[in-house]
Amino acid sequence: MTALPEVGPLLQQMADQLSRYLKERQIEDPAFVGIHTGGVWIAEALHQQVAPEAPMGTLDIAFYRDDFEQHGLPQRVRPSELPFTVDGRHLILVDDVLMTGRTIRAALNELFDYGRPASVTLVTLLDIEARQLPVRADILGASLALPPGQRVKLTGPSPLQLTLNAATN
Amino acid sequence: MSQTPHHLQLNHQGQLRHFLTIEGLSRELLTELLDTADSFLEVGERAVKKVPLLRGKTVCNVFFENSTRTRTTFELAAKRLSADVLNLNISTSSTSKGETLYDTLQNLEAMAADMFVVRHGDSGAAHFIAERVCPDVAVINAGDGNHAHPTQAMLDMLTIRRHRGDFEKLSVAIVGDILHSRVARSNMQALKTLGCPDIRVIAPRTLLPEGIDQYGVRVFNDLRVGLRDVDVVIMLRLQKERMQSGLLPSEGEFYKLYGLTRETLALAKPDALVMHPGPINRGVEIESEVADGPQSVILKQVTYGIAVRMAVMSMAMTGQTTQRQLTQEAN
Repeated sequence: MTALPEVGPLLQQMADQLSRYLKERQIEDPAFVGIHTGGVWIAEALHQQVAPEAPMGTLDIAFYRDDFEQHGLPQRVRPSELPFTVDGRHLILVDDVLMTGRTIRAALNELFDYGRPASVTLVTLLDIEARQLPVRADILGASLALPPGQRVKLTGPSPLQLTLNAATN
Repeated sequence: MSQTPHHLQLNHQGQLRHFLTIEGLSRELLTELLDTADSFLEVGERAVKKVPLLRGKTVCNVFFENSTRTRTTFELAAKRLSADVLNLNISTSSTSKGETLYDTLQNLEAMAADMFVVRHGDSGAAHFIAERVCPDVAVINAGDGNHAHPTQAMLDMLTIRRHRGDFEKLSVAIVGDILHSRVARSNMQALKTLGCPDIRVIAPRTLLPEGIDQYGVRVFNDLRVGLRDVDVVIMLRLQKERMQSGLLPSEGEFYKLYGLTRETLALAKPDALVMHPGPINRGVEIESEVADGPQSVILKQVTYGIAVRMAVMSMAMTGQTTQRQLTQEAN
């Protein structure tokens, strides 16, 4: 049985790292972007702790997935909402679990359809080391090797908890 | 071979694979379609109004009947989904319907289209094509005779939902030439399915179809009675080209009795929405001041139409994809 970390302490540690990271790079006006659904919860938590006055948006990457040919659209698609100008903005892109990297590729493609950000910093709660694309988080809560056939899922929004499930596909 | 449209248009998992009619579709499916359209509406507000969903797919607009708005919004919808688009305007020839359609279809299939968007003057044309098309090819009805215009109905529903919210609390009036209107039929079905408790149909007796009662609507012959306290007024175009003699005394008479003017609109709720599928006949069914007035959402309907058509196309492609995989697994 894989031991899953507690979300609370991870978030605290990520918030500290992110604050340092932004300071080092002299980024004073970032905008947060959470990827639906788990990424939005993590983004909201970090946003509160790191830069509550910064704007915050959400992305649903359903229209940019690379597996439409295999799976089609998911049943529920939410509108993406970026209530700020992306051009020239330093973005903090947040997701819950980094697995293959395909979600992040889709999210980057979608972000660039809004404009040309000055930079994109990737923040994820977990990296489960199943990378299929050259995508790594700049700020990471924890790394975790999962046994084959298992997936980790974030449930929330309160409390935020990690649970282990059998993979469905 | 013949299946009823509502079975033909769903795959074995109940997902949309053709979109031929509102009839027989569930409230859940219509709501899912509206939710998806909401997300596509947001895409239309971005710097780059395009998503890669249907990249590499070919959508064929096959129009046997003229239409500017419907064809261009379907074309724009397909392009915003990154599909390649072919537009074919085919004037209906004197050959019998079956032969013409079937020959055309075979030609189009040879071009390896993934989706046909069909507008035809005969009721049942899109259904006819959907029954005969290769597996994997989706057929979208862009209006067939006086039968159905389901994407128009769904863009009307999106308009109502975005501007008035919950269907369960609304009174909606559909006014004018119901007899020739596929929009009216599809709208009545959609409103009913979405739980609208008070659907009113307002028309002279001569412009009402037989069996109007089956739609569960209230029929009014007097505009001034029917419009009282409604939340939404959907005006229909007087289809002059389809009008046989005797149905209508004169356009002037029609306007006097059934035209939506500032005076008649005042009978509805103060903020009632004014809708029209277009093209509008100013001074025939609607007064210019009302069409261009603050309560009118006629141009919004056009914008919403693009998002609804994007949703229909991507959901139909999803249904086709799932069906193909189910078939492969079964073999």
